[in-house]
Amino acid sequence: MRTILFIIQKEFRQIFRNKAMLPIIFVLPFIQLLILSNAASFEVKNIQFSYIDNDHSAASRELISKFQSSDYFKIIGNFESKKEANLQMEKGKVDVILEIPNHFERNLLTEKKTTLSVSINAIDGAAAGVENVYITQIIASFNQKIQSELYQYNDNSFVQPQNIVTIPSFWYNNTLNYKTLMVPGILVLLVTMLTLFLSAMNIVREKEIGTLEQINVTPIKKHQFIIGKLFPFWVLGLMILTVGLLIARIVFNIPILGNIGLIYLFTSVYLLVILGIGLFISNYTETQQQAMFIAWFFTVIFILMSGLFTPIESMPTWAQQLTLFNPIRYFVEIIRMVMLKGATFSDISRPFFIIAIYAFIINGFAVWSYKKTN
Amino acid sequence: MSIQVQNISKSYKDNFAIAAVSFDVKEGEIFGLIGPDGAGKTTLFRILTTLLLANEGTATVAGFDVVADYKSIRRSIGYMPGKFSLYQDLTVAENLSFFATIFGTTLEENYDVIKEIYVQIEPFKDRRAGALSGGMKQKLALCCALIHKPKVLFLDEPTTGVDPVSRKEFWDMLKRLQQRGITILVSTPYMDEAALCDRIALIQKGAVLKIDTPENIISKYDKTIYDVRTKNTHQLIQDLKEYPSQYSVYAFGEYIHYCDKTDDFNSIELENYLKQRNHTEIEIRVSKTSIEDIFMDLTTLNQ
Repeated sequence: MRTILFIIQKEFRQIFRNKAMLPIIFVLPFIQLLILSNAASFEVKNIQFSYIDNDHSAASRELISKFQSSDYFKIIGNFESKKEANLQMEKGKVDVILEIPNHFERNLLTEKKTTLSVSINAIDGAAAGVENVYITQIIASFNQKIQSELYQYNDNSFVQPQNIVTIPSFWYNNTLNYKTLMVPGILVLLVTMLTLFLSAMNIVREKEIGTLEQINVTPIKKHQFIIGKLFPFWVLGLMILTVGLLIARIVFNIPILGNIGLIYLFTSVYLLVILGIGLFISNYTETQQQAMFIAWFFTVIFILMSGLFTPIESMPTWAQQLTLFNPIRYFVEIIRMVMLKGATFSDISRPFFIIAIYAFIINGFAVWSYKKTN
Repeated sequence: MSIQVQNISKSYKDNFAIAAVSFDVKEGEIFGLIGPDGAGKTTLFRILTTLLLANEGTATVAGFDVVADYKSIRRSIGYMPGKFSLYQDLTVAENLSFFATIFGTTLEENYDVIKEIYVQIEPFKDRRAGALSGGMKQKLALCCALIHKPKVLFLDEPTTGVDPVSRKEFWDMLKRLQQRGITILVSTPYMDEAALCDRIALIQKGAVLKIDTPENIISKYDKTIYDVRTKNTHQLIQDLKEYPSQYSVYAFGEYIHYCDKTDDFNSIELENYLKQRNHTEIEIRVSKTSIEDIFMDLTTLNQ
């Protein structure tokens, strides 16, 4: 026990002496949290909007003014011809071209229907989909308004227009604030990435500088060494979580509905999985560089398949099954459930036990491979 | 016997690193493994310090088997690898107390063992190990290897890359440790250090060529080496190699070392031969045989 404590003490000393690593551990994550949480948004804003008004009527002007008054669209300008507008689209200057045909107003009045042409830059398919919805909504509301006006004044058979208004109620995030969704997720990433990278690099470093060999000829036991080496990073992981939660609460005003102890309970088991993966990587690498690359490879897969940026439900079935092996997936799920939904232990018991078993298996493998390779 | 090695072999895939090596080291002896880079010295060290398992053969260190009793061995040996491998970001004192702790001892408890060496680095005890000079690092590494009063000390090329003055100091320290009864197994690529050991094993390509005291190895050598020098050294090597009864020719400092096949070699004949080949300022004399000459002989014979 005394030996373990001494290794831990030595490890902390080394961490705090490494002037290059300190800011990487203590400053960068929080800058990342602040920047990413504000930037990683699924909202599509500032859509570069342009139009070709071939009609120049009251109705066409009214339609355009609807777009002007929307927060989501930024009117770039009006073009004389479709050709000119297409050119701007090709240059990437505009995202959306709305073409209002000749006799737009007249057709509406006489034939009660007309067509509009909308072209959307769909290089980013997801954004194009969102833009399409916005545009359709604006046109639909214009349609409804013009309908009621036209029917009232130009039709003899006066019919009271029927409006069905849907008022959606968004549970757990009723203002649809994407930050509420993203901040806990990004916090998960930071905790995971840092502990994985640091732990994977740490033991490799001892290999690189030759101290591992020196340690191996001493009577020190392997479990003492492993615990002594990894425990500091377990503490660091929890520290990063703490600071991250404080930032989430104070800066982003994210609700923490559930029991915060539950988050810590889960994280403390979750970190064992990450440290086990780190140890595993360090057993099969010889330099810190190799360890970094492998750790990075796994992190990218884990992040993109975690359900943080893309919902797991929309992945193909095989990918959904793959995510079952992804520890980040469970952490993202749990932290969101506890913070936003106020989940209790019985709600998260299934992912909790999965992670606990995961920790057991991965550490078993890691220790076994450590014994084999060193 | 402090170290017993019997028919130890280690191969990596098809390459033999060491092949059927056997030797004994007596208690309190300084035993040198002398050989060029790649001779298998480090592999042997790693087997004896329980870092590596041999494919064949048995070995004991301080009476313990390297496989069955590896835990006991780790308690009773000190190992100083060739590369400086202490924590560069910890201070001198922290490194020492770290190694003391993992051996379950303290600096104070065994201070007498390292005292002589430690006093030299004590003024820098709060300096980080990475900021020490080469000689200081080496002393610190030796202190760390000695902190638990080992019975056997393994030093893998301890003087490689160290200046001549520090090298001499280092060997003086080893002699004093020997007086405390510590057995020392040291490897070195420097032939001049071989003479400082009690006994040496010359190894080449994983095989032991000779084991004896340095004096015996030299006195038992039956050939005579000649120092030859002329004005044109390069041409001299060429011409000596063309001399009919030449056995070996190689540059050695400012002289060329020449060895003849025949027992009735006459240096005047050689001088005449060199004169014929237009050499001037010819100097031929009997050389004092060194370990290096014998090593050259053994290794060229092997090829």
